[in-house]
Amino acid sequence: MSQPLLSLKGLTKAYPGVIANNEISFDIGEGEVHALLGENGAGKSTLVKMIYGLVKPDSGGMTLRGAPYAPSEPRVARADGIAMVFQHFSLFDALNVAENIALGMENPPALRDLASRIREVSETYGLPLDPFRTVGDLSAGERQRVEIIRCLLQDPKLLIMDEPTSVLTPQEVEILFKTLQQLKAEGTSILYISHKLEEIRTLCDTATILRLGQVVGDCIPRETTARQMAEMMVGSSLKTPERSGRTLGPVALDITGLSVSSPTEFGTALKNLHLIVRVGEILGIGGVAGNGQEELLGVLSGEITTDAGAVKMAGQPIGRMGPTARRQLGVLTAPEERLGHAAAPDMSLTENALLTGVVRERLESHGFLKWGAARGFAERIIQAFDVRTPGPENAARSLSGGNLQKFVIGREVLQDPKVLVVNQPTWGVDAAAAASIRQALLDLAAGGAAVICISQDLDELMEIADNFAALNEGRLSEPRPTEGLSVDEIGLMMGGAHGMEVAHA
Amino acid sequence: MDLSDIDPIKLIATLMVAATPLLLAAIGELVVEKAGVLNLGVEGMMITGAISGFAVAVETGSPWLGFLAAAAGGALLSVLFAILTQVALANHVASGLALTLFGLGLSALIGQSYGGQKPPPMAEVDLGPLNDLPVVGPILFGHDPILYLSLGLVAAVWAVLKYSRMGLVLRAVGENHDAAHALGYKVVRIRVLAILFGGACAGLGGAYISLIRVPQWTDGMTAGVGWIALALVVFASWKPWRVLAGAYLFGGVTVLQFNLQGVGIAIPVEYLSMSPYVITIIVLVLLSRDKSSAPGSLGRIFHASS
Repeated sequence: MSQPLLSLKGLTKAYPGVIANNEISFDIGEGEVHALLGENGAGKSTLVKMIYGLVKPDSGGMTLRGAPYAPSEPRVARADGIAMVFQHFSLFDALNVAENIALGMENPPALRDLASRIREVSETYGLPLDPFRTVGDLSAGERQRVEIIRCLLQDPKLLIMDEPTSVLTPQEVEILFKTLQQLKAEGTSILYISHKLEEIRTLCDTATILRLGQVVGDCIPRETTARQMAEMMVGSSLKTPERSGRTLGPVALDITGLSVSSPTEFGTALKNLHLIVRVGEILGIGGVAGNGQEELLGVLSGEITTDAGAVKMAGQPIGRMGPTARRQLGVLTAPEERLGHAAAPDMSLTENALLTGVVRERLESHGFLKWGAARGFAERIIQAFDVRTPGPENAARSLSGGNLQKFVIGREVLQDPKVLVVNQPTWGVDAAAAASIRQALLDLAAGGAAVICISQDLDELMEIADNFAALNEGRLSEPRPTEGLSVDEIGLMMGGAHGMEVAHA
Repeated sequence: MDLSDIDPIKLIATLMVAATPLLLAAIGELVVEKAGVLNLGVEGMMITGAISGFAVAVETGSPWLGFLAAAAGGALLSVLFAILTQVALANHVASGLALTLFGLGLSALIGQSYGGQKPPPMAEVDLGPLNDLPVVGPILFGHDPILYLSLGLVAAVWAVLKYSRMGLVLRAVGENHDAAHALGYKVVRIRVLAILFGGACAGLGGAYISLIRVPQWTDGMTAGVGWIALALVVFASWKPWRVLAGAYLFGGVTVLQFNLQGVGIAIPVEYLSMSPYVITIIVLVLLSRDKSSAPGSLGRIFHASS
């Protein structure tokens, strides 16, 4: 067997209170697509940060083609041929594509030469991109292309991809996979991190599975079922959400002919939007981020007010009501952005529980707060949704993304909503926790609530939603029953792959 | 009242002098804000520059050394701000306000013995026959070297931000410091350097008031120019040439209202005195309506979490 490209030996990294990585060892071969699997907090991010030079290991070492490799900073890693596409895109909105790419290179050529090289590479790999467009105006898929091209321009030996497909349409995923296969054929190794096990089965040659900072196993994904891999990640058998037969009741909430402009600069306006959700129904709204999801959530939560009659709850006009008045009526929302929108980062979990629960949980009397009751409410959320934290007095910021997500969803679910609107309910949450959040949404609907679930995870929507509609550039498609809907049809409802007309022309 | 007493050529020449302190301070602050730092201490750094420049010029007899000392003084005061915000991670707004109060007090203390003195004059640049050209001569030529330096700085800042690698990295740090850090750029180091540059520019602007424009020392003589510089950067949408236009507009209205006061126009003096501030802000607000493009990380505290 030939020498591996990169081999990790006993990498250990501890943070106060936790060992993020404990004696991690594995090899990545030349031209191999290697998957790294694990739940939230399993230590995947820390591990790739060590490979990319952002974090120094406490002990252990790496060798690159047999030579010792210990990058002190990302530019050393880049110089050695390691490139990384980040989970949360590390792009600069106000700069154009070429400038963004230049920033990720050691010795970028003059912008004009760079622009022609960008065009060249983007055509070779079927990723069309205009070098002079402002990144803030691009779709998520196009932004990812910027990151990938930034890496490709440096002829990487190893490309690290952290959850690359979570924001792409199915067509865009297909294009990405073609690109990755082409790279692999050219001898580039890829370290691929994802929650989506089916993707790993189609793309990856080998997989290493992490749990609680340790390597717990490896497998050949093509010969392993998704379920087996999930169980290796979780360490126990996995429960899939059960959907019981539900009968749909009267209309719980409807929106008719709504058009609003976006309150933010790079936002999307909603155009002539119609939506109906019935008691007992889960309406799934798919679509790529940035197509009006934020705005739709704002309209439903009351952050964006409209004509009174445009939004109606059980026939009662609520378009002019603010969020608190709507909460009183039972319309609750859990926005996508955890830190800053759904939760106040520096306030404790008790305070955060209070912020949305004060109305329905009666945590206030005569203008004074009932701290005891608020704390009890926070503890109930922590208990019911298995939020891993030492206690409700901890700041929201101190929780990992997945744990905080469980908290913000749980907080709304436990308030007995009549209509619940969630945006990306399982974003960044591991398989087991995602299953329990989905189960909670299903139970809620079975108990007589109407749920609107905005998500980019199509598998999730297929699993829980009764009807599916797609948001594309601020327009909502006609909803269709999820049963019998194929991936291709969904892709078309979502508007196909953005900006791909060029590639097919 | 006789408006024909106002000589337009002389007016334009003096407006350039009147605008230079503002221009220097604002172009420095523009660089600081482009790097994502909001330093509200411009007024404090200006007045510190004004007194350190004045003191050194008087003691040494050299206006050049004075300006050098002014830049050093402004930069030195900004080090304090850099330590507070970049190392101790203190709030930008509070630190900047404290810097202004501190600078005003410190300058008054140093300046106690300098009241009523005359600084050595700075020779105007002699361009020979160019000075004698009609109209253009008195407007464009025959100014002091610092005024040309300020124009050169605007052009240099514009070119560096737009065309150079250094400028691109600086803008990137201001736009999204987490992403810049992830790519391996030294966010804190770049910001500290930008803060020092801003401090030096503000110091030069202050010394231009005490050494050339007035020229003498009185307490609090910067009279709010530092605050106007801050507003100017925002309303100029962080664009160097708009800063220049805004500064010259401000200078122009200032000089014009002095002249109008001189010829005894029937508008109360208070209205005339406030007019430069009001007009500059109104014009710049109208100009900046298109797209206010504040750097994405402006005023946010950067904490390098690993």
